[in-house]
Amino acid sequence: MSVSIAKGNTNVKIDTTVMQPTAVNSDKKVVFDTKDLNLWYGDTHALKDINLPIYEKEVTAIIGPSGCGKSTYLKTLNRMVELVPSVRTSGVITYNGREILSKSFKVEELRTRVGMVFQKPNPFPKSIYDNIAYGPKIHGIRNKKIIDEIVEKSLRGAYIWDEVKDRLKENAYGLSGGQQQRLCIARTLAIEPDVILMDEPTSALDPKSTHKIEDLIQELKQDYSIVIVTHNMQQAARISDRTAFFLNGEVVEYDHTDTIFTNPSDMRTEDYISGRFG
Amino acid sequence: MKYVDVTQVQKRMNGRILKNNSFKVLFLLATIFGLIVLGVLIAQVLTDGLSWINWDFISGKLSTDANRAGIMGAILGTFWVMVVVAPVTLIIGIGSAIYLELYAKKGRVQSFIQTNIANLAGVPSIVYGILGLTIFVRALDFGNIVLAGGLTLSLLVLPIVIVAAQEAIRSVPQHLSEASYGMGATKWQTIKNIILPAALPGILTGAILALSRAIGETAPLTVIGIPALLIPFPGGIFDKFTALPMQIYYWTLDSSLVEEYANLAAATIVVLLLLLFILNSTAIIIRNKFQQRY
Amino acid sequence: MATSSDLNNTNAVQIRDMIEQKKKKKNLFNFLEKAVPVLLFLFAAISILTTIGIIYTLLSETIEFFKVVPMIEFFTGTVLKPMSQNPEFGVLPLLAGTVTSSVIAMLVAGPIGLMAAIYLSEYASDKVRRVLKPLLEVLAGIPTIVYGFFAFTFVTPLIRSIWPEVEATNILSPGIVMGIMIIPMIASLSEDAMTSVPNSMREGALALGATKLESTFKVVIPAALSGIIASFVLGISRAIGETMIVTIASGSSKNFSFDITQSMQTMTAYIVEVSGGEAPAGSTIYYSLYAVAMTLFVFTLLMNLLARYISRKFREEY
Repeated sequence: MSVSIAKGNTNVKIDTTVMQPTAVNSDKKVVFDTKDLNLWYGDTHALKDINLPIYEKEVTAIIGPSGCGKSTYLKTLNRMVELVPSVRTSGVITYNGREILSKSFKVEELRTRVGMVFQKPNPFPKSIYDNIAYGPKIHGIRNKKIIDEIVEKSLRGAYIWDEVKDRLKENAYGLSGGQQQRLCIARTLAIEPDVILMDEPTSALDPKSTHKIEDLIQELKQDYSIVIVTHNMQQAARISDRTAFFLNGEVVEYDHTDTIFTNPSDMRTEDYISGRFG
Repeated sequence: MKYVDVTQVQKRMNGRILKNNSFKVLFLLATIFGLIVLGVLIAQVLTDGLSWINWDFISGKLSTDANRAGIMGAILGTFWVMVVVAPVTLIIGIGSAIYLELYAKKGRVQSFIQTNIANLAGVPSIVYGILGLTIFVRALDFGNIVLAGGLTLSLLVLPIVIVAAQEAIRSVPQHLSEASYGMGATKWQTIKNIILPAALPGILTGAILALSRAIGETAPLTVIGIPALLIPFPGGIFDKFTALPMQIYYWTLDSSLVEEYANLAAATIVVLLLLLFILNSTAIIIRNKFQQRY
Repeated sequence: MATSSDLNNTNAVQIRDMIEQKKKKKNLFNFLEKAVPVLLFLFAAISILTTIGIIYTLLSETIEFFKVVPMIEFFTGTVLKPMSQNPEFGVLPLLAGTVTSSVIAMLVAGPIGLMAAIYLSEYASDKVRRVLKPLLEVLAGIPTIVYGFFAFTFVTPLIRSIWPEVEATNILSPGIVMGIMIIPMIASLSEDAMTSVPNSMREGALALGATKLESTFKVVIPAALSGIIASFVLGISRAIGETMIVTIASGSSKNFSFDITQSMQTMTAYIVEVSGGEAPAGSTIYYSLYAVAMTLFVFTLLMNLLARYISRKFREEY
């Protein structure tokens, strides 16, 4: 089934069940629900009438060609887009029923619930230990014993503990790119978010590291809801439960990953996944 | 028919190449000229001054008698000036830079302050001296004490520190602060924990260079009014003082009267240059040692 | 926290709860978040206050001065006798000194600085450049008082041994030394302008068989001209404002002349002389200090604005 469609686009059928996304899978809860989201960078209309439910404890992949708005959408979910001065938004995004785009929802609070892993591994120029401890510390946890525990648990959670346990005090830049990215995932786990946003987390990594991260994502899905933007369609097909296809700032199609890749309902989706453009 | 006559071109070619090469030598000489002068300057200062440097000269009090004169008072004066300039410029400089780079909205206020700082950097140092004389020495009635001189020199070098700190902050990669914001850190937490530590080596390098500019400055101090022969050692920032460059100035002026004063000036220059050398080496070491890989 | 209860890891709940609890105590943090930008703005405002302070002090005392000495007399007077029984306050002798020393300095620094820039930008290998540039910067880091000493005790005697008519204090020697001091500034700024000329332009010339010299003079320098001119203007501004070298080596003669063998006082040296001479506050001499400083300030400010204007135009060209 297809979800959001831009107004006036007649060759795509409009699905009336947009607002009842649970119809797809009724036992899953919606973590993030996006309704009629529009976003502008200055005069550029970057996101157009996005409607997209994101389900709990699933991996939701967002695919599409460069500049289609997929990263912008991801950064809207934790309001990192606000770091760009000229951004304006309209529409509603709810997180567990709470409207997040309003000023009354503190961004800092949102971002402790919704963690983010970036395209390029971006550890802080600090020790491995301090990288993980950073989140708990800024949120006021000072007890050294508890922080020790959080560090170990987060590193274990990101399957990097065994590789780094003997050099926690060393600078994080001594790690390989893949290890750095898993460290960044561990850093996110340390603040115990509900949702982890991943912005092309493997695009800077070699195939072996990519494979490790993909395995890790499968594990994390047990406890976290994951939204991943990826350039790599095979990756989306391998690891995600649902896939949304973005094009020119619109959601062309959103469905179970199997359906998207085997039986897409929109020609443009089919063109994209079969490599005819993008 | 061809317009370019190959034989003609070949005939002229050697001349053109010769011209190119001789100009290359000329350009190289021009580049080295400054360095030769630098060498002569240092050699002259060393020949005039080195033999005058001994422990009595370093630790002694000022005197009109060239053979008994020492510069401990000037060394202490310069030291106390540094005690004022270093914290004042660091705090105001870093604060201004953080404001301009991270808080100020890109717009009229920000570009006004920025233009203003650029213009201040071009104001002759002696004009700062007049500002210091009018504000610190007279209006606030500090008199010609270390604090007045230090604050005057602080204002003078502040643009250097601000610009260096701005560059250092700008060079901290965006992805580091993004990571911090992404964990729910507030803006100030991100600045304090991520941006400032990463920018610190650059800031310190700039601050040390500014400090060495400040302690070599003479003109503002002459305007503020530094006594030519101040015997007691300054014990703090509220005392009257003299400083190394001031001592060089007075001894050079009077060297036409007492020939040995030229030697005293040269010896004091050696001490001042040594101090600047140490400061600059520290700056270079900090820059090389703490330069972050991102 | 709707979802925390169904996380199977109990530890997780603990951390989350702790973060929640700490949140409640965050009033201090909120205060900091609001107070810090205000405090930082105040720091940034100090540089504005400095400018206001400079302009206010100079202007208010200069106005006092012009109440006693008419502006016309000040700017057109060729006689400066502040200490005499019938004092006269013409600024032209000081302007003559400033212009003369600056011209001499630029005659030294302009060509040598530009040639050094050409060498560093067009001829030197990376390795050579990495050695020469920091060494030139050392030259720029020497305190001006040291240059003053050098001019007075080395360059002047050297000149006098060749040209005996030159007096013990003269404007020639400090002019030359000032030029040497300014070389690194012109070399570095001009080099920046020349290295920012795109390589494709050089290659275009070289591919036609031009020598490096030809490509430099026909292509690179014309393209970098405004940057080079801006560096010269900044050099002039620096020379006008330089104080210690001229104060020490050029003496305090206030004659209106352009004789480089003679002592000539610059505006900056006059300020040193008058303020160091403990002129009583409120006297005309005291106010003349501010009038001269104001003139100096306006001159250098105009030069700096001009340099910025030229180099900004230059940036638009590519």
